[in-house]
Amino acid sequence: MLTVPGDFAEWRSAARGLLAGGVAPDDVSWRGSAEGASLFGDEATAAPAGRLSLPRELVQIAERVICHRDAEVPARLYRLVWRALHDRQLLARTTDPEVDWLRKADKAIRRDVHKMHAFVRFRRLGEEEGRESFAAWFEPTHRILRLTAPFFQRRFYGMDWAILTPDARAIWQDETLTYGPGGTKDEVPDSDVVEDQWRTYYGAIFNPARVKIDAMRAEMPKKYWKNLPEAQDIAPLIAGAEARVERMRATAVSVANPLTGKWRTRVQDQLTFGDEIGTLADLATAVSRCTRCPLHCNATQAVAGEGPGAAKIMLVGEQPGDREDLEGKPFVGPAGQLLNEVLYEAGLERRRLFLTNAVKHFKFEPRGKRRLHQNPTTAEIDICRWWLDKERALVQPDIIVTLGASALRGVTGKSASIKSMRGAVHELEGDTKLIATIHPSFLLRLPDRERAAKEREMFVADLALARKLAA
Amino acid sequence: MSAKPILEKLAVLADAAKYDASCASSGTVKRDSVGTKGIGSTEGMGICHSYAPDGRCISLLKILLTNFCIYDCRFCINRASSNVERARFSPQEVVRLTLDFYKRNYIEGLFLSSGIIRSEDYTMEQLVEVARILREEHRFGGYIHLKTIAGADPGLLALAGLYADRLSTNVELPTEEGLQSFAPEKKPETIRKTMASVRVGADDAIEAAKSRLIGKAKPPRFAPAGQSTQMIVGADAARDDDILKTATNLYSGYRLRRVYYSAYSPIPDASSDLPPVRPPLMREHRLYQADWLLRFYGFERAEIMEGASGGMLDLAIDPKLAWALMRREAFPVDINRAPREMLLRVPGLGTRAVDRIVAARRLGKLRLGDLAKLTASVKKVLPFIVTPDWRPGKLTDSADLRARFAPPAEQLALAL
Repeated sequence: MLTVPGDFAEWRSAARGLLAGGVAPDDVSWRGSAEGASLFGDEATAAPAGRLSLPRELVQIAERVICHRDAEVPARLYRLVWRALHDRQLLARTTDPEVDWLRKADKAIRRDVHKMHAFVRFRRLGEEEGRESFAAWFEPTHRILRLTAPFFQRRFYGMDWAILTPDARAIWQDETLTYGPGGTKDEVPDSDVVEDQWRTYYGAIFNPARVKIDAMRAEMPKKYWKNLPEAQDIAPLIAGAEARVERMRATAVSVANPLTGKWRTRVQDQLTFGDEIGTLADLATAVSRCTRCPLHCNATQAVAGEGPGAAKIMLVGEQPGDREDLEGKPFVGPAGQLLNEVLYEAGLERRRLFLTNAVKHFKFEPRGKRRLHQNPTTAEIDICRWWLDKERALVQPDIIVTLGASALRGVTGKSASIKSMRGAVHELEGDTKLIATIHPSFLLRLPDRERAAKEREMFVADLALARKLAA
Repeated sequence: MSAKPILEKLAVLADAAKYDASCASSGTVKRDSVGTKGIGSTEGMGICHSYAPDGRCISLLKILLTNFCIYDCRFCINRASSNVERARFSPQEVVRLTLDFYKRNYIEGLFLSSGIIRSEDYTMEQLVEVARILREEHRFGGYIHLKTIAGADPGLLALAGLYADRLSTNVELPTEEGLQSFAPEKKPETIRKTMASVRVGADDAIEAAKSRLIGKAKPPRFAPAGQSTQMIVGADAARDDDILKTATNLYSGYRLRRVYYSAYSPIPDASSDLPPVRPPLMREHRLYQADWLLRFYGFERAEIMEGASGGMLDLAIDPKLAWALMRREAFPVDINRAPREMLLRVPGLGTRAVDRIVAARRLGKLRLGDLAKLTASVKKVLPFIVTPDWRPGKLTDSADLRARFAPPAEQLALAL
């Protein structure tokens, strides 16, 4: 038996000595009297510091499992360590009975540690020079104080504290962590001024309409209750729950709070909205409430056009993409960045252009953590044309450049191939010129580099044509 | 405003906050108070410091700054027209409570929300102010979850993201129609825009962290535990299919860490058009299971709905089992050979069991006895698997397979 039960350093030192001496697990007796000399006494402390190569994970688990109260633990651990010397895969053999035992024991320790992190309750001792001190009494299932104290140190570095358990105590004072002998409950204050508030909170956060006692007890076993100040309220809360719910059900709905009208005035005002669209700002507000097609249900927001009201050139894309949808601005995603580069090469300044889309809401298919772009249907383009026409009427551009087939449909109301219209200047009603070209996202999708370079050149040329025409 | 004693305020404002299911304190960065002169740490995994008799964990001090509200959402205990008792904390009072509770190890941190007072921006400012005082004046390193007020200025959200570990914006009801009729002041677009701002803030912070221009100086993090939302289940007519549709949209668009489903629970002084019934807890449970299938088991929403009827999940059996019963041609699955993706679809095998199986079978063929060590419920998986010493035979296709799993129908009490 170890002189200090649960002392990892002592066990490790003993185990090292035995391993170095080639002592098989069956030849060791880890049981013995704690009063007498340590079973390994001199032999163990004199153990050679030879390099015994053990899987790191096994050492880490052993450090935890040694805290287990099961008296067989030192022997069982030694057997596993012995086997691990000859079998590097040992820990992966989860179906092996001894490994299975180790995993379960480790799980029990980790759970106990986790519950100690959760259920320690400090009570205030006092304050000195602005530094408060606290103490807690806790009864863990296993001898885990040394496994848990570093957590409290990291968490409560800025105050002094002591945690007392039946086996040992940990004290954090003057930024030093020390351990001492076990204590008793009466060394810790039996109350704290804040406990009333905590118990009030505990009672108020409980929802009497969904009593689930088993779920509570599974996570907060009764053995911990005696040291939890809130636990004394559990029984009365459960006892009163049914009546509270019944009262809610039975009480007739009262008349509305007389102040309702006064409180809500401001909200009511905000909700009124006129339909007149005289400016681009009006249009942006109006389009944000558009429900002309179902696309608004899933998109974040409508993305209205952006740019000076007196722009000579209007660029029309297909629809906002993921990024545009999030930011509420057109052409700010990957395609927008490419467009910026191409505009620069074509000698156009983005801030002088009016940029918009044929469809104002993002259409997509959710797939895990992403939204996959979906092409709008002609019906969706045609419904949304109402907004595009409004933007055209307000901006009155000399030239409209359509990017991609959807934009062409949105502007002309007809489906045509870009190929057939490309390279030429077309006339639209009202003395507006039309240039049809590709959408920048088309370039992003081309796998063939050479072709992409060629297409990009043509794209620049189309935009340069618009620039010349506007000059 | 008359000053209520702190205990009374706490009772009112915790009671008002309990209908928000979220309580997680996990998923944030590692932080501690070593050398900060303050207190507080976060270590990735959250801690539940207590459990109420409703089975819910108590991890954070979950309170409202105030339950005065200018909105009139009919499902909400704090709606303007409700006669519930009102109270208001000052930011300093919340700070004090949080620190007092934290020092006694009652909580992991603060989850602060609020009714809307004066305006969305004003309310948001107050929430941010509490977080600022905690972080800057008290060097508080614990967990902070702030509710964002939909429609608040993006600049305020950016500030909130700087102090908070998690931000959340509740969509409240799964469908647009539901929201329109139950929460007339809330606009789905405003809610989505707020979530979009949070996602953009987080994306930008990640981009900045990657940027070489900044060099070694770490740019501030933005809500490292991400954002979440909550939907109320059973207050309106939305079906499970609608709910999961909304959830998949939200997960795909705004990188939500979690969608919480909260069974509508009767509230005091309820609006007359709401169901005064017991909260649909089983429905809530099935939705969480379906949500897990979507996120961790490779299921698509449409597949989950194969096991549903009329757009509602089966209440008697879990959604994976319901799917498997409709897809028996895919079973039995050979435990020793099937790819991980297929093992995940076996009813009764969770992600951990699957990981263990995949690791263990590398070292030798798994027999039924081995499987018992790797998973909790061998009985449940039997009809769907093959091992060297087990074949389900006709069991997989037997007509009464569902009955083996479904709890017996409750006998109706006969009034004599």
